[in-house]
Amino acid sequence: MAAFVLYLRLFQYGFRRHSTYLAAALAGAFTNTVFGVLRAYVLIALWEARPGLAGYTLAEAVTFCFLTQAFIGPMQVFGRGLSFGDRIRSGDIAFDLVRPAPLLAWSLAEDLGRAAYLTLARSLPPTIIGAALFTMVAPVSPWFPLSFALGVVVSFGWRYLVTLTSCWTTDDRGIHTLSALLTMFFSGMVLPLGLFPGWLRTVAEALPFAAMVQVPADVWLGAEPPLQALGFQLLWAVALMGLGALLTVAARRKVVVQGG
Amino acid sequence: MIETISLGRDFKVRGTLVPAVRDLSFRVGAGEFVGCLGPNGAGKSTTIKMLTGILTPTHGRALVAGLDPTRQRKALARRIGVVFGQRTTLWWDLPLRDSFELVRLLYKVDRNRFRQRLAELTEVLELAPFLRTPVRQLSLGQRMRGDITAALLHDPEVLVLDEPTIGLDVVAKAEVRSFLARLNAERGTTVLLTTHDLGDIERLCRRVLLIDHGRLAFDGSVAELRALVPGQESIEDVVAHLYLSSTPAAPRTPRRTPDADPPTVTA
Ligand SMILES: Nc1ncnc2c1ncn2[C@@H]1O[C@H](COP(=O)(O)OP(=O)(O)OP(=O)(O)O)[C@@H](O)[C@H]1O
Ligand SMILES: [Mg+2]
Repeated sequence: MAAFVLYLRLFQYGFRRHSTYLAAALAGAFTNTVFGVLRAYVLIALWEARPGLAGYTLAEAVTFCFLTQAFIGPMQVFGRGLSFGDRIRSGDIAFDLVRPAPLLAWSLAEDLGRAAYLTLARSLPPTIIGAALFTMVAPVSPWFPLSFALGVVVSFGWRYLVTLTSCWTTDDRGIHTLSALLTMFFSGMVLPLGLFPGWLRTVAEALPFAAMVQVPADVWLGAEPPLQALGFQLLWAVALMGLGALLTVAARRKVVVQGG
Repeated sequence: MIETISLGRDFKVRGTLVPAVRDLSFRVGAGEFVGCLGPNGAGKSTTIKMLTGILTPTHGRALVAGLDPTRQRKALARRIGVVFGQRTTLWWDLPLRDSFELVRLLYKVDRNRFRQRLAELTEVLELAPFLRTPVRQLSLGQRMRGDITAALLHDPEVLVLDEPTIGLDVVAKAEVRSFLARLNAERGTTVLLTTHDLGDIERLCRRVLLIDHGRLAFDGSVAELRALVPGQESIEDVVAHLYLSSTPAAPRTPRRTPDADPPTVTA
């Protein structure tokens, strides 16, 4: 019970912490919307030339475009690490690793709070404006909110691993850049995974990045059986968190037992 | 209350083991106020980290409030307070008050006891004007008072502080000192602190530990410490003399070669 209150509080704080950066969120929402409109025109041209590309109708393609724009904030598609990255650099992570609450659960609660805020501030505007300007498809499946939430959790699991690797590297810029590229490309953010050629598509559709963007978008569009989609996301969520827990043990060994 | 038995810590630096703390044995009784001195890199922070479970010893062992800091860290956390002057355990983006709330939930402090304790600490440490300010906007002195409060919310028997007065102005320093003195006198809290400020030692500590090159070089009262170096007026000179005449395994200052004459201390 006390633990539940703690995590609820962390969720609230995560939410509130981001709500203090309102200007940044509005700027983000504006950029996401403008880029959505630009991308939509490109996709319209493409789909008019090649109707039914990637198995989407034109309206579905435009919907996909605005949904992926809406996912940028909550799913951190550009691969920003978690806030404890700074604490690894300063050595303060030692204190976090010996706290009575596990770092993984702790940062998940905070990150879900962050995602909840960014959903309101950065996801709703592009979706609403997109729907006002273009013809979009309404969500087919009642499972979409769950799929969206699982997308956030998978994204968290991935970023947790990426952030924690800083315990072993002196310069973490490389891994963050790599993570950003992988996430953008393989999540379906740049292009729907259905447009990827043969084997690349198979690989991309099996990776965790698909669970962040492509899969929740497909659940909205009804392009994939919802239970299969949710199962795939859940599998990656569990796998990444499991890895995260193992890596936390290793980080604790490294920082607390060996002294950094 | 605190006991170390041949406590030691080696660090692996580029493949070789370098000792930071060696064969350290001392005992601090309940209600004592002990200050820990030592030149930069002597091993004070490393010792404090081992006493608080943030670092695992490589040799010997420590007992704090009867608990092993490494293996019983969670139980220990509820009985000791820890402040690292150079770092903060507060949450950077959160108002001070919210950080305290997290500490309360984390260490399972009863809500009513928490309210009462926070009210007391708010009054004595004069926190009221900035309880709602995010930690990143606090001045160093305000932040330190916040950190000390966070360490005391669960009313611990032992308080361990690593350089609690670092960077504080004269007034803030005096406030922190008088607070710690009162805490020790009125509540009987055992206090162990490290410092480079000899004013802390003179005004607060009935007992001094001197750590040098990871070893315990002196353990006694301030008067006994002075008596080690006769003819020195100020305690600064006494301590400087002790630091400079220490017998290192390797030269401490770059200018000093092992076969050079020992430097003399000038006032
Ligand atoms: N994580 C680490 N890895 C390697 N060496 C370390 C590590 N932490 C401390 N040391 C070394 O151990 C020695 C003792 O450091 P420590 O921080 O305990 O000194 P200190 O007495 O607190 O010094 P100061 O007064 O400067 O704070 C130093 O030589 C330091 O370089
Ligand atoms: Mg130190």
